[in-house]
Amino acid sequence: MIEILTGSSLNTIQDFGRPHAMAMGVAQGGAMDRLALSHGNLLLDNPVDAAGIEIVFFPFRVRFHAETSFAVTGAACPATLDDLKLPRDWAITARPGQTLTLRAPEQGARAYLTFRGGLDVPPVLGARSTDLKGGFGGLEGRALQKGDRLSCLAASTLRMPAAGYGLTRPCPLPPADRTRIRVLPAAEHDVFTPESLQTFHSAAWTLTPSANRMGYRLEGQNVLKLSRPLSLFSHGILPGTVQVPPAGQPIIQMMDANTCGGYPKIATVIAPDLRLLSQTVVGTPVHFETITRDDAVQIIRREAAELIRLAAEIATLRTQLVF
Amino acid sequence: MTRIHMAGAGGLLLDAADGPFSDTTQRRIWATSRELNTRPDVLQTIPGVNNLLVTFDAVQTDPSAMEELLRTVWTQASAEEVPSREIVVPVVYGGAFGEDLALVARFANLTEEETINAHMAGRYSVAAIGAMAGFVYLTGLDPRLAIPRRDSPRLRVEEGAVVIGGGHAGMMPCTSPSGWHILGRTDLCLFDAFRPEPGLLRLGDTVRFVRAS
Repeated sequence: MIEILTGSSLNTIQDFGRPHAMAMGVAQGGAMDRLALSHGNLLLDNPVDAAGIEIVFFPFRVRFHAETSFAVTGAACPATLDDLKLPRDWAITARPGQTLTLRAPEQGARAYLTFRGGLDVPPVLGARSTDLKGGFGGLEGRALQKGDRLSCLAASTLRMPAAGYGLTRPCPLPPADRTRIRVLPAAEHDVFTPESLQTFHSAAWTLTPSANRMGYRLEGQNVLKLSRPLSLFSHGILPGTVQVPPAGQPIIQMMDANTCGGYPKIATVIAPDLRLLSQTVVGTPVHFETITRDDAVQIIRREAAELIRLAAEIATLRTQLVF
Repeated sequence: MTRIHMAGAGGLLLDAADGPFSDTTQRRIWATSRELNTRPDVLQTIPGVNNLLVTFDAVQTDPSAMEELLRTVWTQASAEEVPSREIVVPVVYGGAFGEDLALVARFANLTEEETINAHMAGRYSVAAIGAMAGFVYLTGLDPRLAIPRRDSPRLRVEEGAVVIGGGHAGMMPCTSPSGWHILGRTDLCLFDAFRPEPGLLRLGDTVRFVRAS
C-alpha cells in the first residue's frame, strides 16, 4: 500500500494509453515520456507499459505502508527515501513506514514513479492511464490527491541490492538552454509562405506556460502565415502534430490531444523527440529541424532496438549485483 | 484529387476532400476504414470528414508499403451503405447556455430566433467521430450558419454545449478546449467509458435537434 502525501491537479497515473480507442474519439493518452516510464518498469522487471505515476508538480511525497520496490526515472529531481539520497534513474526497495520525497527537477520536467508489479487500478477501455478530460482511468479518472492509497498488482519479490541499483546512462533529457526537435513535414506544410517556412525552421520558439498533457503552445517573434486561405475539414491528428491556428503561433499536440482537429498542420514531431519536448521547461527555446521519413524510421527503429538491448542489460546487471 | 500526406513516420492522412462535403466520398472513406481494420499491420483508422488517418508501427512496417496499401484499398473501395438510427437531441438555446448565439446570428444575418430555427431544421448525419471521446462531426448544417472556427480556441467549453464550427454541428461530450461557437446546451450523455457501447452515436446515424421542454 502506497499513500500519497501531497496533492495536485497534475500528477496522474499513466501507462502507454489507449491508441486503440482513438476511433471512438478517446485521446491516445499515456506517459508523456514513455521512455522514462519504460526504464522504470525495466528496472523493476515489470512489463514496460505497467502503470506508474507521472509527476509534474513538486515536491511530491509518498509513504510506503508495505515493503515495496520502486523506481524513480525521468526528470533529474532530487529524491530522498527518508534521509537516503537516491541517484537518478534508480530502483530500490522501501520498508514499511518510509517516505519518498521528490523535489523540483534540476533538469527536465516530469518524473516517473514506478512500482514492482505496476499500480493496480482498473483498466478502462484497455488502459490504466488517467484521462483527465474524459474523467476516467487511473484513480477515479482524476489526478492524485493527498490521502489517496494505491496498491500494486501481485508480483514476486524482486531481489536487488539493499542500496538499490540504477542505470549507468540515465534517460537523456533536453539541455536547459534549448530543445532541438526533429519533425517531418505535415499535410499543409507546403501551403505556408516561404518566409513562414524559413521562420519555422530558423527561429527560436519559446515554450509558453500554456503547456499541458493536451498541447504545448509555442511563441515566436514572427507568426506563421499561409500563402492562401484554407478551410479544412476536420481530420484525425496524432500526438506530435504541429498545428498552426490563424493566430500564427504553433501548438504541438501532446498525448491527451484531441483525436481530430481542423487547423492547418505544418509538421509532425517524431515520436522519440516528443518525449524530449515533454521534458522541456516553460520558457526554454525550441528549435525545429526537418528530417526525411527514412531518417525518422531509422531513429525510431534504433530507439526500439536500444530499449530491447537495455532490457537485456538490466536483467544481466540485476543478476550480477544480487548473486 | 486524393492526396496522401505524412502524419509522422507511423501515420498517413488520406485527404479526399474536393470542394464541398461529399456524402459519397464519406461512404468510401468508411469502406476504406473498415477494409484496413482487417489488416494486422494497421493499428488504427480514424475517419475524418472526407479524409482518413491511418496509423501503424513504423518499427515493424515500412511506411511506403503502407502508403501503397492505403492507395490500393482507397482506389478499390466503393461507397457503402451503413445502417442509420435517428437520435433526437433536446437543446436549451441561447442565454447563459448559448453565449455565441448573437454572434452567429449576426454572421448569418438572421435574428437569434431564425438562427435557432435554422439549426433545428437541419437533418444531420454523423460523418466522423473524434476530437474528444464521443464527439461527432455532424454534416447537414444550414450553409448560412457555416461560421469559421474561432481564431484562437476557448480554453474551456462545458460538457453538453451544442456547438457549430467549420460548417459542422456538434455537441461537447465533456468539458474541453474548443474553437467552435456555442449555441445552447443539451443534457444527453454522449459518452460513458463504462457503458458497453461508450459512445451514444455511431457513424451514419441521423441527428435532429429540438427545443428542450
